[in-house]
Amino acid sequence: MAGLAFTARPRKPGANGKPGQRVTQAVLIGIAVLFLGIFIVLPLAIVFSMALSQGWAAYVDALVEPDAISAIKLTLLTAAITVPANMIFGLLAAWAITKFEFRGKSFLITLIDLPFSVSPVISGLVFVLLFGLQGWFGPWLQEHDLKVVFAVPGIVLATMFVTFPFVARELIPIMQEQGTEEEEAAFTLGASGWQTFWRVTLPNVKWALLYGVLLCNARAMGEFGAVSVVSGHIRGHTNTMPLHVEILYNEYNFVAAFAVASLLALLAIVTLILKSVLEWKLARDRKQPIVHTA
Amino acid sequence: MSATISRLPFKPQPSVIPGFGITLGLTLFWLTLIVLIPLVSLFLKSASLGWPSFWEIITAPRVLLALRLSFSTSFIAAAVNGIFGLLVAWVLVRYEFPGRRLVDALIDIPFALPTAIAGIALTTLWAQSGWLGALVAPLGIEVAFKPLGIVIALIFVGLPFVVRTVQPVLQDFNKEVEEAAESLGARPWQIFFNVILPSIMPAALAGFALAFARALGEYGSVIFIAGNLPMVSEIAPLLIVIKLEEFSYPEATAIAAAMLVISFILLLIINALQRWAERRERRR
Repeated sequence: MAGLAFTARPRKPGANGKPGQRVTQAVLIGIAVLFLGIFIVLPLAIVFSMALSQGWAAYVDALVEPDAISAIKLTLLTAAITVPANMIFGLLAAWAITKFEFRGKSFLITLIDLPFSVSPVISGLVFVLLFGLQGWFGPWLQEHDLKVVFAVPGIVLATMFVTFPFVARELIPIMQEQGTEEEEAAFTLGASGWQTFWRVTLPNVKWALLYGVLLCNARAMGEFGAVSVVSGHIRGHTNTMPLHVEILYNEYNFVAAFAVASLLALLAIVTLILKSVLEWKLARDRKQPIVHTA
Repeated sequence: MSATISRLPFKPQPSVIPGFGITLGLTLFWLTLIVLIPLVSLFLKSASLGWPSFWEIITAPRVLLALRLSFSTSFIAAAVNGIFGLLVAWVLVRYEFPGRRLVDALIDIPFALPTAIAGIALTTLWAQSGWLGALVAPLGIEVAFKPLGIVIALIFVGLPFVVRTVQPVLQDFNKEVEEAAESLGARPWQIFFNVILPSIMPAALAGFALAFARALGEYGSVIFIAGNLPMVSEIAPLLIVIKLEEFSYPEATAIAAAMLVISFILLLIINALQRWAERRERRR
Protein backbone atom coordinates (compact mmCIF):
# COMPACT_ATOMS: atom_id res chain seq x y z
CA MET A 1 0.00 0.00 0.00
CA ALA A 2 2.69 2.38 1.06
CA GLY A 3 4.89 1.71 -1.95
CA LEU A 4 2.29 2.96 -4.39
CA ALA A 5 3.73 6.38 -4.81
CA PHE A 6 6.99 5.37 -6.38
CA THR A 7 5.93 2.25 -8.23
CA ALA A 8 3.50 4.37 -10.24
CA ARG A 9 4.52 4.72 -13.81
CA PRO A 10 3.94 7.86 -15.77
CA ARG A 11 0.59 7.49 -17.46
CA LYS A 12 -0.05 8.17 -21.06
CA PRO A 13 -3.25 10.16 -21.23
CA GLY A 14 -2.93 10.46 -24.96
CA ALA A 15 -2.93 6.68 -25.38
CA ASN A 16 -6.70 6.39 -25.27
CA GLY A 17 -7.18 8.06 -28.58
CA LYS A 18 -10.13 6.24 -30.11
CA PRO A 19 -13.53 7.82 -29.45
CA GLY A 20 -15.04 4.45 -28.46
CA GLN A 21 -12.40 3.98 -25.81
CA ARG A 22 -12.89 7.49 -24.54
CA VAL A 23 -16.58 6.77 -23.99
CA THR A 24 -15.75 3.55 -22.11
CA GLN A 25 -13.27 5.48 -20.02
CA ALA A 26 -15.80 8.17 -19.14
CA VAL A 27 -18.44 5.57 -18.26
CA LEU A 28 -16.04 3.60 -16.03
CA ILE A 29 -14.83 6.73 -14.25
CA GLY A 30 -18.46 7.74 -13.80
CA ILE A 31 -19.42 4.41 -12.24
CA ALA A 32 -16.40 4.43 -9.92
CA VAL A 33 -17.05 7.99 -8.74
CA LEU A 34 -20.76 7.28 -8.25
CA PHE A 35 -20.00 4.11 -6.25
CA LEU A 36 -17.51 5.91 -4.00
CA GLY A 37 -19.84 8.89 -3.71
CA ILE A 38 -22.66 6.72 -2.41
CA PHE A 39 -20.57 4.54 -0.12
CA ILE A 40 -17.93 6.96 1.16
CA VAL A 41 -18.66 10.63 0.53
CA LEU A 42 -22.34 10.65 1.51
CA PRO A 43 -21.80 8.82 4.84
CA LEU A 44 -19.09 11.34 5.73
CA ALA A 45 -21.20 14.26 4.61
CA ILE A 46 -24.24 13.21 6.59
CA VAL A 47 -22.23 13.06 9.82
CA PHE A 48 -21.42 16.77 9.58
CA SER A 49 -24.80 17.71 8.15
CA MET A 50 -26.64 16.05 11.05
CA ALA A 51 -24.18 17.38 13.65
CA LEU A 52 -24.81 20.96 12.53
CA SER A 53 -28.50 20.58 11.71
CA GLN A 54 -29.55 22.57 14.81
CA GLY A 55 -26.84 25.15 14.47
CA TRP A 56 -23.49 25.70 16.12
CA ALA A 57 -24.88 26.34 19.60
CA ALA A 58 -26.48 22.90 19.80
CA TYR A 59 -23.31 21.38 18.34
CA VAL A 60 -21.07 22.94 20.96
CA ASP A 61 -23.55 22.13 23.75
CA ALA A 62 -23.39 18.44 22.84
CA LEU A 63 -19.61 18.50 23.07
CA VAL A 64 -19.22 20.33 26.38
CA GLU A 65 -21.86 18.31 28.20
CA PRO A 66 -20.19 16.47 31.19
CA ASP A 67 -20.80 12.93 29.90
CA ALA A 68 -19.35 13.86 26.52
CA ILE A 69 -16.31 15.40 28.19
CA SER A 70 -15.74 12.33 30.31
CA ALA A 71 -16.10 10.11 27.21
CA ILE A 72 -13.54 12.24 25.37
CA LYS A 73 -11.19 12.04 28.36
CA LEU A 74 -11.50 8.27 28.60
CA THR A 75 -10.85 7.88 24.88
CA LEU A 76 -7.74 10.06 25.14
CA LEU A 77 -6.56 8.14 28.21
CA THR A 78 -7.03 4.79 26.46
CA ALA A 79 -5.08 5.97 23.43
CA ALA A 80 -2.39 7.49 25.66
CA ILE A 81 -1.76 4.08 27.22
CA THR A 82 -2.21 1.74 24.26
CA VAL A 83 -0.40 3.70 21.56
CA PRO A 84 2.97 4.05 23.39
CA ALA A 85 2.73 0.43 24.56
CA ASN A 86 2.20 -0.76 20.99
CA MET A 87 4.95 1.53 19.79
CA ILE A 88 7.49 -0.02 22.14
CA PHE A 89 6.27 -3.51 21.34
CA GLY A 90 6.39 -2.79 17.61
CA LEU A 91 10.00 -1.62 17.82
CA LEU A 92 11.07 -4.61 19.92
CA ALA A 93 9.31 -7.11 17.66
CA ALA A 94 10.60 -5.51 14.47
CA TRP A 95 14.17 -5.46 15.83
CA ALA A 96 14.06 -9.15 16.78
CA ILE A 97 12.40 -10.18 13.52
CA THR A 98 14.38 -8.12 11.04
CA LYS A 99 17.89 -8.01 12.49
CA PHE A 100 18.24 -11.73 13.20
CA GLU A 101 17.60 -15.06 11.54
CA PHE A 102 15.75 -17.64 13.57
CA ARG A 103 13.39 -20.51 13.06
CA GLY A 104 9.65 -19.92 13.27
CA LYS A 105 9.96 -16.30 12.24
CA SER A 106 7.07 -16.31 9.80
CA PHE A 107 4.96 -18.13 12.38
CA LEU A 108 5.75 -15.37 14.86
CA ILE A 109 4.66 -12.74 12.32
CA THR A 110 1.39 -14.64 11.80
CA LEU A 111 0.81 -14.66 15.57
CA ILE A 112 1.43 -10.91 15.77
CA ASP A 113 -1.10 -10.37 12.96
CA LEU A 114 -3.67 -12.60 14.62
CA PRO A 115 -5.79 -9.84 16.24
CA PHE A 116 -6.58 -8.52 12.75
CA SER A 117 -8.57 -11.63 11.97
CA VAL A 118 -10.45 -11.79 15.25
CA SER A 119 -13.91 -10.22 15.40
CA PRO A 120 -13.92 -7.14 17.67
CA VAL A 121 -16.68 -8.72 19.71
CA ILE A 122 -14.53 -11.79 20.37
CA SER A 123 -11.58 -9.54 21.25
CA GLY A 124 -13.70 -8.13 24.05
CA LEU A 125 -15.21 -11.47 25.03
CA VAL A 126 -11.83 -13.09 25.76
CA PHE A 127 -11.15 -10.51 28.48
CA VAL A 128 -14.58 -11.04 30.02
CA LEU A 129 -13.77 -14.76 30.13
CA LEU A 130 -10.46 -14.05 31.86
CA PHE A 131 -11.38 -11.26 34.24
CA GLY A 132 -15.18 -11.28 34.48
CA LEU A 133 -16.96 -12.46 37.62
CA GLN A 134 -17.35 -15.96 36.15
CA GLY A 135 -13.89 -15.75 34.59
CA TRP A 136 -10.67 -17.44 35.65
CA PHE A 137 -9.26 -14.53 37.59
CA GLY A 138 -12.70 -13.16 38.51
CA PRO A 139 -12.95 -14.53 42.07
CA TRP A 140 -9.36 -13.51 42.88
CA LEU A 141 -9.94 -9.99 41.54
CA GLN A 142 -13.12 -9.63 43.56
CA GLU A 143 -11.37 -10.78 46.72
CA HIS A 144 -8.81 -8.05 46.25
CA ASP A 145 -11.44 -5.50 45.28
CA LEU A 146 -9.99 -4.99 41.80
CA LYS A 147 -12.11 -4.35 38.74
CA VAL A 148 -10.95 -5.09 35.21
CA VAL A 149 -14.09 -5.86 33.25
CA PHE A 150 -16.71 -3.08 33.22
CA ALA A 151 -13.91 -0.73 34.21
CA VAL A 152 -11.09 1.21 32.60
CA PRO A 153 -8.43 -1.58 32.70
CA GLY A 154 -10.68 -3.84 30.62
CA ILE A 155 -11.18 -1.10 28.03
CA VAL A 156 -7.43 -0.57 27.82
CA LEU A 157 -6.72 -4.32 27.51
CA ALA A 158 -9.33 -4.84 24.78
CA THR A 159 -8.02 -1.82 22.86
CA MET A 160 -4.46 -3.09 23.27
CA PHE A 161 -5.54 -6.42 21.79
CA VAL A 162 -7.23 -5.00 18.68
CA THR A 163 -4.43 -2.51 17.95
CA PHE A 164 -1.65 -4.97 18.76
CA PRO A 165 -0.28 -5.54 15.21
CA PHE A 166 -0.44 -1.98 13.88
CA VAL A 167 3.05 -0.61 14.59
CA ALA A 168 4.97 -3.89 14.19
CA ARG A 169 3.30 -4.52 10.87
CA GLU A 170 4.42 -1.18 9.41
CA LEU A 171 7.98 -1.49 10.75
CA ILE A 172 8.78 -5.07 9.77
CA PRO A 173 8.68 -4.71 5.95
CA ILE A 174 10.71 -1.50 5.85
CA MET A 175 13.31 -2.74 8.33
CA GLN A 176 13.60 -5.95 6.33
CA GLU A 177 14.25 -3.98 3.17
CA GLN A 178 16.85 -1.81 4.84
CA GLY A 179 18.82 -4.83 6.00
CA THR A 180 21.46 -4.74 8.71
CA GLU A 181 24.43 -3.18 6.92
CA GLU A 182 24.13 0.24 8.51
CA GLU A 183 23.80 -1.16 12.02
CA GLU A 184 26.76 -3.46 11.43
CA ALA A 185 28.83 -0.55 10.26
CA ALA A 186 27.89 1.41 13.40
CA PHE A 187 28.94 -1.46 15.66
CA THR A 188 32.18 -1.94 13.79
CA LEU A 189 32.91 1.72 14.44
CA GLY A 190 32.36 1.13 18.15
CA ALA A 191 28.83 2.40 18.74
CA SER A 192 26.81 0.85 21.56
CA GLY A 193 23.46 -0.85 21.06
CA TRP A 194 21.49 2.19 22.22
CA GLN A 195 23.56 4.61 20.18
CA THR A 196 23.00 2.51 17.07
CA PHE A 197 19.29 2.29 17.72
CA TRP A 198 18.86 6.03 18.33
CA ARG A 199 21.19 7.31 15.63
CA VAL A 200 20.94 4.72 12.88
CA THR A 201 17.82 2.56 13.09
CA LEU A 202 15.31 5.07 14.43
CA PRO A 203 16.06 7.83 11.90
CA ASN A 204 15.77 5.24 9.13
CA VAL A 205 12.35 4.05 10.18
CA LYS A 206 10.86 7.21 11.68
CA TRP A 207 8.21 7.73 8.99
CA ALA A 208 7.12 4.09 9.05
CA LEU A 209 6.95 4.28 12.85
CA LEU A 210 4.84 7.43 12.71
CA TYR A 211 2.62 5.84 10.09
CA GLY A 212 2.01 2.83 12.31
CA VAL A 213 1.39 5.04 15.34
CA LEU A 214 -1.11 7.09 13.36
CA LEU A 215 -3.15 4.08 12.26
CA CYS A 216 -2.89 2.56 15.73
CA ASN A 217 -4.17 5.78 17.29
CA ALA A 218 -7.13 6.04 14.90
CA ARG A 219 -8.17 2.50 15.71
CA ALA A 220 -7.57 2.92 19.46
CA MET A 221 -9.80 5.99 19.62
CA GLY A 222 -12.47 4.55 17.34
CA GLU A 223 -12.71 0.96 18.53
CA PHE A 224 -16.29 0.03 19.25
CA GLY A 225 -17.06 -3.70 19.30
CA ALA A 226 -14.34 -4.90 21.67
CA VAL A 227 -14.71 -1.96 24.02
CA SER A 228 -18.49 -2.25 24.00
CA VAL A 229 -18.27 -5.82 25.32
CA VAL A 230 -15.93 -5.01 28.24
CA SER A 231 -17.15 -1.53 29.15
CA GLY A 232 -20.46 -2.15 30.87
CA HIS A 233 -21.67 1.20 29.47
CA ILE A 234 -21.55 3.13 32.71
CA ARG A 235 -22.30 6.67 31.71
CA GLY A 236 -19.67 9.18 32.68
CA HIS A 237 -17.34 6.38 33.86
CA THR A 238 -16.68 3.65 31.30
CA ASN A 239 -18.00 5.24 28.13
CA THR A 240 -15.55 6.00 25.38
CA MET A 241 -16.51 8.36 22.55
CA PRO A 242 -17.87 5.66 20.21
CA LEU A 243 -19.90 4.17 23.07
CA HIS A 244 -21.21 7.60 24.00
CA VAL A 245 -22.30 8.07 20.39
CA GLU A 246 -24.19 4.78 20.54
CA ILE A 247 -26.04 5.74 23.72
CA LEU A 248 -27.03 9.17 22.41
CA TYR A 249 -28.16 7.66 19.13
CA ASN A 250 -30.27 5.01 20.84
CA GLU A 251 -31.89 7.78 22.90
CA TYR A 252 -32.85 9.49 19.62
CA ASN A 253 -30.61 12.39 20.55
CA PHE A 254 -29.33 12.52 16.99
CA VAL A 255 -27.77 15.98 16.98
CA ALA A 256 -25.63 15.18 20.02
CA ALA A 257 -24.77 11.71 18.70
CA PHE A 258 -23.58 13.12 15.39
CA ALA A 259 -21.80 16.01 17.09
CA VAL A 260 -19.57 13.60 19.04
CA ALA A 261 -19.36 11.40 15.92
CA SER A 262 -18.13 14.38 13.91
CA LEU A 263 -15.07 14.64 16.15
CA LEU A 264 -14.19 11.04 15.34
CA ALA A 265 -14.91 11.63 11.65
CA LEU A 266 -12.54 14.61 11.76
CA LEU A 267 -9.93 12.40 13.38
CA ALA A 268 -10.35 9.93 10.51
CA ILE A 269 -9.94 12.68 7.91
CA VAL A 270 -6.86 14.15 9.61
CA THR A 271 -5.41 10.63 9.91
CA LEU A 272 -5.82 10.08 6.20
CA ILE A 273 -4.29 13.43 5.27
CA LEU A 274 -1.25 12.73 7.47
CA LYS A 275 -1.12 9.21 6.07
CA SER A 276 -0.88 10.53 2.52
CA VAL A 277 1.97 12.83 3.54
CA LEU A 278 3.75 9.97 5.31
CA GLU A 279 3.32 7.61 2.38
CA TRP A 280 5.17 10.10 0.26
CA LYS A 281 8.00 10.35 2.81
CA LEU A 282 8.02 6.59 3.26
CA ALA A 283 8.40 6.02 -0.46
CA ARG A 284 11.41 8.32 -0.36
CA ASP A 285 12.89 6.42 2.62
CA ARG A 286 12.41 3.10 0.91
CA LYS A 287 14.12 4.31 -2.21
CA GLN A 288 17.32 5.33 -0.45
CA PRO A 289 18.47 2.06 1.13
CA ILE A 290 17.56 0.14 -2.02
CA VAL A 291 19.83 2.39 -3.99
CA HIS A 292 22.91 1.63 -1.92
CA THR A 293 22.34 -2.04 -1.24
CA ALA A 294 21.68 -2.82 -4.88
CA MET B 1 8.43 -6.17 -5.18
CA SER B 2 9.22 -5.62 -1.54
CA ALA B 3 9.02 -9.35 -0.97
CA THR B 4 11.71 -10.14 -3.53
CA ILE B 5 14.12 -7.79 -1.86
CA SER B 6 13.66 -9.35 1.56
CA ARG B 7 14.19 -12.82 0.10
CA LEU B 8 17.66 -12.12 -1.24
CA PRO B 9 19.99 -14.87 -0.06
CA PHE B 10 21.61 -12.38 2.26
CA LYS B 11 22.16 -13.61 5.78
CA PRO B 12 23.00 -11.09 8.46
CA GLN B 13 25.76 -12.03 10.85
CA PRO B 14 23.86 -12.30 14.11
CA SER B 15 27.02 -12.02 16.18
CA VAL B 16 27.58 -8.32 15.45
CA ILE B 17 24.18 -6.89 16.41
CA PRO B 18 23.19 -7.13 20.07
CA GLY B 19 19.80 -7.45 21.66
CA PHE B 20 18.44 -10.64 20.14
CA GLY B 21 17.64 -12.32 23.43
CA ILE B 22 16.05 -9.35 25.10
CA THR B 23 13.97 -8.12 22.14
CA LEU B 24 12.71 -11.57 21.19
CA GLY B 25 12.07 -12.41 24.82
CA LEU B 26 10.05 -9.26 25.48
CA THR B 27 8.18 -9.69 22.18
CA LEU B 28 7.15 -13.22 23.08
CA PHE B 29 6.27 -12.21 26.64
CA TRP B 30 4.04 -9.32 25.54
CA LEU B 31 2.48 -11.35 22.73
CA THR B 32 1.67 -14.17 25.14
CA LEU B 33 0.18 -11.81 27.69
CA ILE B 34 -2.00 -9.69 25.43
CA VAL B 35 -2.92 -12.03 22.58
CA LEU B 36 -2.17 -15.69 23.19
CA ILE B 37 -3.43 -16.22 26.74
CA PRO B 38 -6.78 -14.53 26.02
CA LEU B 39 -7.30 -16.51 22.81
CA VAL B 40 -6.22 -19.80 24.34
CA SER B 41 -8.52 -19.20 27.30
CA LEU B 42 -11.44 -18.90 24.88
CA PHE B 43 -10.66 -22.31 23.40
CA LEU B 44 -10.09 -23.91 26.80
CA LYS B 45 -13.37 -22.49 28.04
CA SER B 46 -15.28 -23.84 25.06
CA ALA B 47 -13.47 -27.19 25.31
CA SER B 48 -14.60 -27.45 28.92
CA LEU B 49 -18.18 -27.47 27.66
CA GLY B 50 -17.64 -30.88 26.11
CA TRP B 51 -18.35 -31.72 22.49
CA PRO B 52 -22.08 -32.62 22.82
CA SER B 53 -23.11 -29.38 24.48
CA PHE B 54 -20.80 -27.36 22.21
CA TRP B 55 -22.47 -28.94 19.21
CA GLU B 56 -25.92 -28.43 20.69
CA ILE B 57 -25.24 -24.72 21.19
CA ILE B 58 -23.90 -23.97 17.74
CA THR B 59 -26.58 -26.00 15.94
CA ALA B 60 -29.45 -24.27 17.73
CA PRO B 61 -31.77 -22.72 15.10
CA ARG B 62 -31.16 -19.15 16.23
CA VAL B 63 -27.36 -19.62 16.07
CA LEU B 64 -27.47 -21.36 12.70
CA LEU B 65 -29.67 -18.62 11.26
CA ALA B 66 -27.31 -15.95 12.61
CA LEU B 67 -24.31 -17.74 11.11
CA ARG B 68 -26.12 -18.18 7.81
CA LEU B 69 -27.05 -14.50 7.73
CA SER B 70 -23.48 -13.49 8.56
CA PHE B 71 -22.03 -15.71 5.86
CA SER B 72 -24.53 -14.81 3.13
CA THR B 73 -24.43 -11.04 3.70
CA SER B 74 -20.61 -11.09 4.01
CA PHE B 75 -20.33 -13.09 0.80
CA ILE B 76 -22.62 -10.78 -1.16
CA ALA B 77 -20.86 -7.68 0.17
CA ALA B 78 -17.41 -9.11 -0.63
CA ALA B 79 -18.58 -10.05 -4.12
CA VAL B 80 -19.91 -6.54 -4.76
CA ASN B 81 -16.60 -5.20 -3.47
CA GLY B 82 -14.78 -7.64 -5.73
CA ILE B 83 -16.45 -6.29 -8.84
CA PHE B 84 -16.50 -2.60 -7.93
CA GLY B 85 -13.10 -2.83 -6.30
CA LEU B 86 -11.61 -4.09 -9.56
CA LEU B 87 -13.37 -1.30 -11.43
CA VAL B 88 -12.18 1.39 -9.02
CA ALA B 89 -8.61 0.04 -9.04
CA TRP B 90 -8.68 0.00 -12.84
CA VAL B 91 -9.94 3.56 -13.08
CA LEU B 92 -7.38 4.80 -10.54
CA VAL B 93 -4.42 3.09 -12.20
CA ARG B 94 -5.26 3.46 -15.86
CA TYR B 95 -7.04 6.77 -16.23
CA GLU B 96 -6.00 10.33 -15.56
CA PHE B 97 -8.81 12.61 -14.43
CA PRO B 98 -9.20 15.64 -12.19
CA GLY B 99 -9.44 14.69 -8.52
CA ARG B 100 -7.87 11.26 -9.02
CA ARG B 101 -5.57 11.65 -6.02
CA LEU B 102 -8.47 12.73 -3.81
CA VAL B 103 -10.52 9.73 -4.92
CA ASP B 104 -7.52 7.53 -4.20
CA ALA B 105 -7.21 8.92 -0.67
CA LEU B 106 -10.95 8.49 -0.03
CA ILE B 107 -10.66 4.72 -0.52
CA ASP B 108 -9.10 4.41 2.96
CA ILE B 109 -11.95 6.17 4.78
CA PRO B 110 -13.54 2.87 5.86
CA PHE B 111 -10.21 1.90 7.48
CA ALA B 112 -10.02 5.15 9.41
CA LEU B 113 -13.64 5.95 10.27
CA PRO B 114 -14.77 4.27 13.50
CA THR B 115 -17.30 1.57 12.73
CA ALA B 116 -19.99 2.95 15.03
CA ILE B 117 -19.84 6.28 13.20
CA ALA B 118 -20.18 4.50 9.87
CA GLY B 119 -23.12 2.61 11.35
CA ILE B 120 -25.16 5.63 12.40
CA ALA B 121 -24.26 7.54 9.22
CA LEU B 122 -25.34 4.70 6.92
CA THR B 123 -28.52 4.13 8.92
CA THR B 124 -29.50 7.80 8.68
CA LEU B 125 -28.65 7.82 4.98
CA TRP B 126 -30.64 4.70 4.10
CA ALA B 127 -33.60 5.11 6.47
CA GLN B 128 -36.92 5.57 4.66
CA SER B 129 -36.71 9.33 5.03
CA GLY B 130 -32.94 9.51 4.53
CA TRP B 131 -31.11 11.02 1.53
CA LEU B 132 -30.73 7.66 -0.22
CA GLY B 133 -33.51 5.73 1.48
CA ALA B 134 -36.09 8.19 0.15
CA LEU B 135 -34.68 7.71 -3.37
CA VAL B 136 -35.16 3.96 -3.40
CA ALA B 137 -38.37 3.85 -1.32
CA PRO B 138 -40.64 4.58 -4.34
CA LEU B 139 -39.13 1.50 -6.01
CA GLY B 140 -40.37 -0.57 -3.08
CA ILE B 141 -36.84 -1.11 -1.78
CA GLU B 142 -36.26 -0.91 1.95
CA VAL B 143 -32.66 -0.88 3.09
CA ALA B 144 -32.34 0.17 6.71
CA PHE B 145 -33.48 -2.38 9.33
CA LYS B 146 -33.50 -5.14 6.70
CA PRO B 147 -30.83 -7.70 5.71
CA LEU B 148 -30.09 -5.47 2.70
CA GLY B 149 -28.93 -2.82 5.17
CA ILE B 150 -26.41 -5.30 6.58
CA VAL B 151 -25.02 -5.82 3.07
CA ILE B 152 -24.69 -2.05 2.60
CA ALA B 153 -22.74 -1.69 5.86
CA LEU B 154 -20.48 -4.62 4.96
CA ILE B 155 -19.80 -3.17 1.52
CA PHE B 156 -18.63 -0.02 3.29
CA VAL B 157 -16.22 -1.78 5.67
CA GLY B 158 -14.79 -4.10 3.01
CA LEU B 159 -14.42 -1.54 0.25
CA PRO B 160 -10.69 -0.77 0.57
CA PHE B 161 -9.48 -4.37 0.58
CA VAL B 162 -9.96 -5.32 -3.07
CA VAL B 163 -8.89 -1.89 -4.37
CA ARG B 164 -5.70 -1.94 -2.28
CA THR B 165 -4.70 -5.50 -3.19
CA VAL B 166 -5.39 -5.11 -6.93
CA GLN B 167 -3.93 -1.62 -7.39
CA PRO B 168 -0.20 -2.49 -7.06
CA VAL B 169 -0.53 -5.56 -9.28
CA LEU B 170 -2.30 -3.56 -11.96
CA GLN B 171 0.38 -0.89 -11.72
CA ASP B 172 3.18 -3.40 -12.25
CA PHE B 173 1.33 -5.08 -15.09
CA ASN B 174 3.53 -5.37 -18.12
CA LYS B 175 2.01 -3.19 -20.81
CA GLU B 176 4.00 -4.93 -23.54
CA VAL B 177 1.87 -8.05 -23.16
CA GLU B 178 -1.17 -5.89 -23.69
CA GLU B 179 0.33 -4.16 -26.69
CA ALA B 180 1.28 -7.54 -28.17
CA ALA B 181 -2.31 -8.71 -27.85
CA GLU B 182 -3.50 -5.48 -29.42
CA SER B 183 -1.16 -5.80 -32.38
CA LEU B 184 -2.40 -9.38 -32.87
CA GLY B 185 -5.87 -7.90 -33.34
CA ALA B 186 -7.46 -8.52 -29.95
CA ARG B 187 -10.37 -6.26 -29.02
CA PRO B 188 -10.13 -4.19 -25.82
CA TRP B 189 -12.58 -6.45 -23.97
CA GLN B 190 -10.70 -9.53 -25.16
CA ILE B 191 -7.47 -8.04 -23.86
CA PHE B 192 -9.10 -7.33 -20.53
CA PHE B 193 -10.71 -10.73 -20.02
CA ASN B 194 -8.00 -12.92 -21.56
CA VAL B 195 -4.81 -11.06 -20.77
CA ILE B 196 -5.24 -8.67 -17.85
CA LEU B 197 -7.90 -10.35 -15.71
CA PRO B 198 -6.07 -13.69 -15.31
CA SER B 199 -2.98 -11.94 -13.98
CA ILE B 200 -4.81 -9.75 -11.45
CA MET B 201 -7.15 -12.56 -10.38
CA PRO B 202 -5.04 -13.88 -7.46
CA ALA B 203 -4.81 -10.37 -6.00
CA ALA B 204 -8.53 -9.80 -6.52
CA LEU B 205 -9.33 -13.10 -4.82
CA ALA B 206 -7.06 -12.26 -1.90
CA GLY B 207 -8.84 -8.91 -1.59
CA PHE B 208 -12.20 -10.65 -1.76
CA ALA B 209 -11.18 -13.07 1.00
CA LEU B 210 -9.90 -10.22 3.19
CA ALA B 211 -13.14 -8.28 2.72
CA PHE B 212 -15.14 -11.44 3.46
CA ALA B 213 -13.18 -12.20 6.63
CA ARG B 214 -13.52 -8.62 7.84
CA ALA B 215 -17.27 -8.64 7.11
CA LEU B 216 -17.85 -11.87 9.06
CA GLY B 217 -16.56 -10.35 12.28
CA GLU B 218 -17.92 -6.85 11.77
CA TYR B 219 -20.14 -5.51 14.52
CA GLY B 220 -20.18 -1.72 14.96
CA SER B 221 -21.32 -0.63 11.53
CA VAL B 222 -23.93 -3.38 11.22
CA ILE B 223 -25.89 -3.28 14.47
CA PHE B 224 -27.37 0.17 13.84
CA ILE B 225 -28.66 -0.57 10.36
CA ALA B 226 -29.59 -4.24 10.78
CA GLY B 227 -32.82 -4.06 12.76
CA ASN B 228 -31.52 -6.96 14.87
CA LEU B 229 -34.62 -9.16 14.79
CA PRO B 230 -33.82 -12.62 16.18
CA MET B 231 -33.80 -15.26 13.41
CA VAL B 232 -34.19 -12.56 10.73
CA SER B 233 -31.60 -9.81 10.89
CA GLU B 234 -29.34 -10.87 13.74
CA ILE B 235 -25.69 -11.39 12.79
CA ALA B 236 -23.43 -13.86 14.63
CA PRO B 237 -21.25 -11.26 16.42
CA LEU B 238 -24.41 -9.58 17.74
CA LEU B 239 -25.68 -12.93 18.99
CA ILE B 240 -22.42 -13.30 20.99
CA VAL B 241 -23.04 -9.91 22.60
CA ILE B 242 -26.68 -10.79 23.36
CA LYS B 243 -25.69 -14.10 24.98
CA LEU B 244 -23.08 -12.27 27.01
CA GLU B 245 -25.59 -9.70 28.20
CA GLU B 246 -27.88 -12.56 29.25
CA PHE B 247 -24.89 -14.00 31.16
CA SER B 248 -25.07 -17.16 29.00
CA TYR B 249 -21.28 -17.38 28.98
CA PRO B 250 -21.07 -20.97 27.64
CA GLU B 251 -23.18 -20.08 24.62
CA ALA B 252 -21.28 -16.88 23.89
CA THR B 253 -18.01 -18.79 24.21
CA ALA B 254 -19.09 -21.63 21.92
CA ILE B 255 -20.33 -19.32 19.16
CA ALA B 256 -17.14 -17.25 19.45
CA ALA B 257 -14.92 -20.33 19.26
CA ALA B 258 -16.78 -21.56 16.17
CA MET B 259 -16.39 -18.17 14.48
CA LEU B 260 -12.74 -17.98 15.45
CA VAL B 261 -12.00 -21.36 13.87
CA ILE B 262 -13.75 -20.20 10.71
CA SER B 263 -11.72 -17.00 10.55
CA PHE B 264 -8.44 -18.87 11.10
CA ILE B 265 -9.29 -21.16 8.20
CA LEU B 266 -10.01 -18.06 6.12
CA LEU B 267 -6.68 -16.61 7.21
CA LEU B 268 -4.88 -19.72 5.91
CA ILE B 269 -6.73 -19.42 2.60
CA ILE B 270 -5.82 -15.73 2.34
CA ASN B 271 -2.14 -16.50 3.01
CA ALA B 272 -2.15 -19.23 0.37
CA LEU B 273 -3.78 -16.86 -2.13
CA GLN B 274 -1.23 -14.16 -1.43
CA ARG B 275 1.68 -16.59 -1.84
CA TRP B 276 0.14 -17.74 -5.11
CA ALA B 277 -0.18 -14.13 -6.27
CA GLU B 278 3.45 -13.43 -5.32
CA ARG B 279 4.72 -16.52 -7.11
CA ARG B 280 2.89 -15.52 -10.28
CA GLU B 281 4.28 -12.05 -9.93
CA ARG B 282 7.85 -13.33 -9.75
CA ARG B 283 7.49 -15.80 -12.59
CA ARG B 284 6.74 -13.00 -15.01
